[in-house]
Amino acid sequence: MHEMALCQGIIEIVEEEARRRSFSKVRTVCLEIGALSHAAPEAMKFCFEAAAAQTIADGAVLEIEKLPGLAWCMACSRSVEIGQRAEPCPCCGSYQLHVTAGEEMRVKQLEVD
Amino acid sequence: MNCGTDPARLKIAGMSSDRIIQIERDILGRNNTMAADNRARFLADDLLVFNLVSSPGAGKTSLLVRAISELKKSRPVGVIEGDQQTSNDAERVRATGVPAVQINTGKGCHLDAAMVGEAYRRLPPLKDGILFIENVGNLVCPAAFDLGEACKIVVLSTTEGEDKPLKYPDMFAASALMLINKIDLAPVLDFDPAQTIEYARRVNPKIEVLTVSARNGEGFAAFYAWIRKQAAHQKRRA
Ligand SMILES: Nc1nc2c(ncn2[C@@H]2O[C@H](COP(=O)(O)OP(=O)(O)OP(=O)(O)O)[C@@H](O)[C@H]2O)c(=O)[nH]1
Ligand SMILES: [Mg+2]
Ligand SMILES: [Zn+2]
Ligand SMILES: [Zn+2]
Repeated sequence: MHEMALCQGIIEIVEEEARRRSFSKVRTVCLEIGALSHAAPEAMKFCFEAAAAQTIADGAVLEIEKLPGLAWCMACSRSVEIGQRAEPCPCCGSYQLHVTAGEEMRVKQLEVD
Repeated sequence: MNCGTDPARLKIAGMSSDRIIQIERDILGRNNTMAADNRARFLADDLLVFNLVSSPGAGKTSLLVRAISELKKSRPVGVIEGDQQTSNDAERVRATGVPAVQINTGKGCHLDAAMVGEAYRRLPPLKDGILFIENVGNLVCPAAFDLGEACKIVVLSTTEGEDKPLKYPDMFAASALMLINKIDLAPVLDFDPAQTIEYARRVNPKIEVLTVSARNGEGFAAFYAWIRKQAAHQKRRA
């Protein structure tokens, strides 16, 4: 399950920030996860607790902000929202879509003390 | 030291150091940086690199063994093999005379850019050649991890059914080429290549497709032509 690897990546980022900005406790980790990204939010929550154990983020709350999937429909020349991959254009039914947003997997902010 | 400071206020000031820090950092940032380093090194060595991905047993190693036996006649070829355990696949590659490095990921279900960078250092010089990376058999996780390759090649075998691109769309979205392997078995299996291609293009309208058989060599001429096209493309960009 790559969500574990992703959560380890989050912890590394948090620890780096802690060294740089000298804080010693993380209360909340807020992520931005796109609808078309490689991360399933439920699996992230499940893995985060284990990855955070005995680190500076031990016990921290993981908040996930979902970002929409956006694509440019080449058939009807407009930007449309899609919930997941392999979904057709909601306006014209075409699959000629070019994804423009929704692949994000970012640590947005931390609440620390 | 300001003696006039109210101790109570100090405490409050201390508490208000509970702060919100905006960081906006990519979770895969470290892998992406290392992948960029690998890519720069590959370009400097004039090396064309493919990352082969598929579910377990789709025929990645069989395809490689056939392809490298041919390709090594005209240029240096190397292989990095990723599996959770065993060095069986690297040994199958070495039997063709092509150098191979085996990475064992243990519990890990994908290769990452750091593993590939380290393995590449253990290969002999491959200047102006081709490096194939065979990823761990897994249609999910390897989609997320850039290794520094020129592109991903997803192998789908006829025994897996037509709808894999709909079930595991991320991998098909991330790949430039889909090889439909074990085409020799298509008649027995009632496998419909056109249906698979239609599904794959729902996910990735630009994906290229070739049908091949690692067993009898069908379709390999077209695969070599595709590789030559990629090599020319990389030369133009360099
Ligand atoms: N009939 C037929 N069998 C094939 C073909 N390609 C591979 N096989 C068989 O499929 C099985 C798996 O092939 P491998 O090449 O080991 O597959 P792989 O994708 O490397 O497997 P992992 O590395 O374990 O994920 C072997 O028994 C091969 O002989 C093909 O084109 N036709
Ligand atoms: Mg193999
Ligand atoms: Zn996984
Ligand atoms: Zn449309």
